[in-house]
Amino acid sequence: MNSAVIVFPGSNCDRDLAVALEQVTGRKPAMVWHKETELPEGTDFIGIPGGFSYGDYLRSGAMAARSPIMRAVTDAAARGVPVIGICNGFQVLTETGLLPGALMRNAGLSFVCRPVRLRVENSQSLFTSQYDSREEILFPVAHHDGNYQADEATLDRLEGQGRVAFRYLDAVNGSARNIAGILNDAGNVLGLMPHPERVIEPAHGGTDGRRLFEGLLATVA
Amino acid sequence: MKARVFITLKAGVLDPQGKAIHHALEGLGFSGVNDVRAGKLIELDLADGTSDSDIEDMCRKLLANTVIENFRIERLEDA
Repeated sequence: MNSAVIVFPGSNCDRDLAVALEQVTGRKPAMVWHKETELPEGTDFIGIPGGFSYGDYLRSGAMAARSPIMRAVTDAAARGVPVIGICNGFQVLTETGLLPGALMRNAGLSFVCRPVRLRVENSQSLFTSQYDSREEILFPVAHHDGNYQADEATLDRLEGQGRVAFRYLDAVNGSARNIAGILNDAGNVLGLMPHPERVIEPAHGGTDGRRLFEGLLATVA
Repeated sequence: MKARVFITLKAGVLDPQGKAIHHALEGLGFSGVNDVRAGKLIELDLADGTSDSDIEDMCRKLLANTVIENFRIERLEDA
């Protein structure tokens, strides 16, 4: 699997994601600076990491979504290349329009930083095939703007099409229907606020995130 | 030529910041505040002749997220 991790000014989970990918796939991902206009030849997986791209100026993810590399990411996503956006990466994907809805300030206004329980709502996707249906897992969250909102028709469509990949078991940030992660229509783009790359090895306090990358590897490589 | 862009949350979109401001106002003893909604004001200094549709394009492509926000443009011709 030839992965690429996009790096924006203010990204801070890019290394965590790179380490997770290298551990699981055995290959170092290409670290691609936001000013690039093309992805490395043969890229078959793209990760958009967490952090505070552009200092969260204007809206979280808004500036990053308009950076040169995102055109290449959008083109690759349209060709079916799997793309994952974690935390700030999820915000970038909604701002780019690759995923519907928006991520707003947490309902409680506080930054939330703790492990949270999730349910895998769709275990058939490219990203979740190694989980059991409705399995309960533990991923950490660390965000201020994770309150997922979309209009009712969009939410109904996401639910009806099995595009809610992960759901919080407890209220975390005010997200509509406790949505933690969603898929695009084609199923090759996943955005989620919790951090699978932070639960890869036992020293992290959990390994529930590992299977997400193992599932990808099994499908892509 | 200058223009101002007012960005506000759409009706029905929950505004936790507005709610917090509301609570703080009540805490300061201001009664009679029914609701608070927070938004943004962006001031643009533009080349003369910039059209309304150019400014609207800027709003749609970057300044506002039209999933959750509305925008209103105010031109300040003589500023």
